[in-house]
Amino acid sequence: MAGSSPELHSETGRAATWRARGTTQTHGLRTTLTLVVAIFCFFLVAVSAQHIGSYAVEQGVSKVAALIPGGIAAVAAGYVLLLAIRAAMKSAAARRSGDVYEARALGAEASLASWKALSWSGALLVVTAGAWFMAVNDAAVSRTFFDLELIQSSAGKVIWAFGTNVTIFAVSAVLILVWSLLIAIARTLPGEAGRPLRYLATAYGDLFRGLPAIITIYLIGFGLPLTNLPILSDLGSTSYAIIALTLTYGAYTSEVYRAGIEGVHHSQVAAARSLGLSHTKTMRYVVVPLAVRNIIPPLMNNCISLQKDTALVAIIGTIDAFNQSKIIAANNFNLSAVTTVAILFIVITIPQARLVDKLIDRDRKRMRAGG
Amino acid sequence: MSLLEINGVTKHYGVLKVISNLTLNVDEHEVVCLIGPSGCGKSTLLRCINRLEEISSGEIRIHGDRITGPGVDLDRLRRDIGIVFQGYNLFPHMTVLENTILAPTKVLGMGKREASEKAMAFLERIGLAHKANEYPDRMSGGQQQRVAIVRALMMDPMLLLLDEITSALDPELVSEVLDIVRDLAARGMTMILATHEMGFAREVANRICFLQAGQVYEQGPPAELFGNPKGERTQAFLRSLKKAGRI
Repeated sequence: MAGSSPELHSETGRAATWRARGTTQTHGLRTTLTLVVAIFCFFLVAVSAQHIGSYAVEQGVSKVAALIPGGIAAVAAGYVLLLAIRAAMKSAAARRSGDVYEARALGAEASLASWKALSWSGALLVVTAGAWFMAVNDAAVSRTFFDLELIQSSAGKVIWAFGTNVTIFAVSAVLILVWSLLIAIARTLPGEAGRPLRYLATAYGDLFRGLPAIITIYLIGFGLPLTNLPILSDLGSTSYAIIALTLTYGAYTSEVYRAGIEGVHHSQVAAARSLGLSHTKTMRYVVVPLAVRNIIPPLMNNCISLQKDTALVAIIGTIDAFNQSKIIAANNFNLSAVTTVAILFIVITIPQARLVDKLIDRDRKRMRAGG
Repeated sequence: MSLLEINGVTKHYGVLKVISNLTLNVDEHEVVCLIGPSGCGKSTLLRCINRLEEISSGEIRIHGDRITGPGVDLDRLRRDIGIVFQGYNLFPHMTVLENTILAPTKVLGMGKREASEKAMAFLERIGLAHKANEYPDRMSGGQQQRVAIVRALMMDPMLLLLDEITSALDPELVSEVLDIVRDLAARGMTMILATHEMGFAREVANRICFLQAGQVYEQGPPAELFGNPKGERTQAFLRSLKKAGRI
């Protein structure tokens, strides 16, 4: 084998360079710097925990309640310090080791430990900064946004008003799903005959995607009552909100549907048409069912932003959770009731966001599996 | 009168001429194999026959009735001309049974039970009855392609177009698909196959057409065309296939 080809003759040269390059990385500098950062971080967290904790106790917070967050922060900072020390020791051991392979393994461990310590330090510093932000200026931030007493006393009203948001959301979500599918089908009508409706649907999409949702809501909520039209001018503000949101989100969602419809491979259409299915039947039985499967994650994303945008209806006087909390805030010169609304929105949207992530993940896996 | 008459058909995409003044007749119960190098227009020709592609000039007739030009009911036409694609194109959101009964129930208005019975009989014949409730992505390419053939047969086509139906299959799965085609030929189904399986073409076809630059360059019975090709291009094509071990 050896010497059978000319390239192999130079192997001694290549081998020599290769071995010369094969040094061991011990990450001495990085582990040292990490140690410095970790020590700094530990002191900062400890001092902050002590300060903010004792201030909280002065303000009447129970000792246990004040101790828990401070204690957790201090323990975390201690863990980081330990990590950094371990990294430095591994690095030193790597430098001392006579065995190249052992040294490399130690060096790798030191590297990983130091990165871990650094990222933990970063996170802790950000959290500490947040804690200070809440506590400075005689805890002005905490008092303004998190007045527990006010949150408790106003929660009932706010949650009740949140029902309006849920109603607006639920009704318009159903309307949007149907309405935007119609728009998407109009946008994908084929040929010369489909052109007028295609253009009209495009114009609608452009118009309502261009209009800020809040302006649409304002125009419809205050405009339609002035028109004296039968039925349309006598609706409640919740209905106007539903109409406005359906028009706005219908435009966005029709784009999602359209992307789904156009994403169905043309070979599927060819297969359906060649069996004698008409355009309508092909859409009904093949294209739309396949399209919907592909667009569930983006549809859910639209759904989440729709839920949040139900708060915009406050502008036309609908007593939704936001408007209710604004009234409470104005009466008390304190925004804690609005915080309740914020928390409500976050609580209902986070699980959905996670679900979307999961669905996207599942699709990606299926794609990779080649199905 | 021939079942299918293709008279002077030309098809071009912009400046690219894929089919150029091609003429070909196919009789009832005849099996015609189209062979030729890639890009010679085999697939395009098949897709023009059921008007998935529009021809640029010329005419195509079925039983003497012109099916090109305006005013032809395409859905009606396609009921009677089946096509099977290289990539199977089964509907991934439907089970095997749903795939096969979709067109009979929705296009012909056949009852669901009747269509299912018919489909099960076909599936039985090709040994896939046990897969009736399986989704396509859980099956091998060979199985999918056999289902695709059944899906086309469910409409009782008078002409079946097979567009390189074994080209996407692993070699060991080719024979199970070809067995069905052999069986159909024996039952007198009129078929046009675009294929690269020369051995099979030789066995099953009544006539081989060698396409070259969008025209029928040479045609004849298999024994003649493979055994004693007249045209220079045909000889060169067959020589290169022999070299590659494909004949």
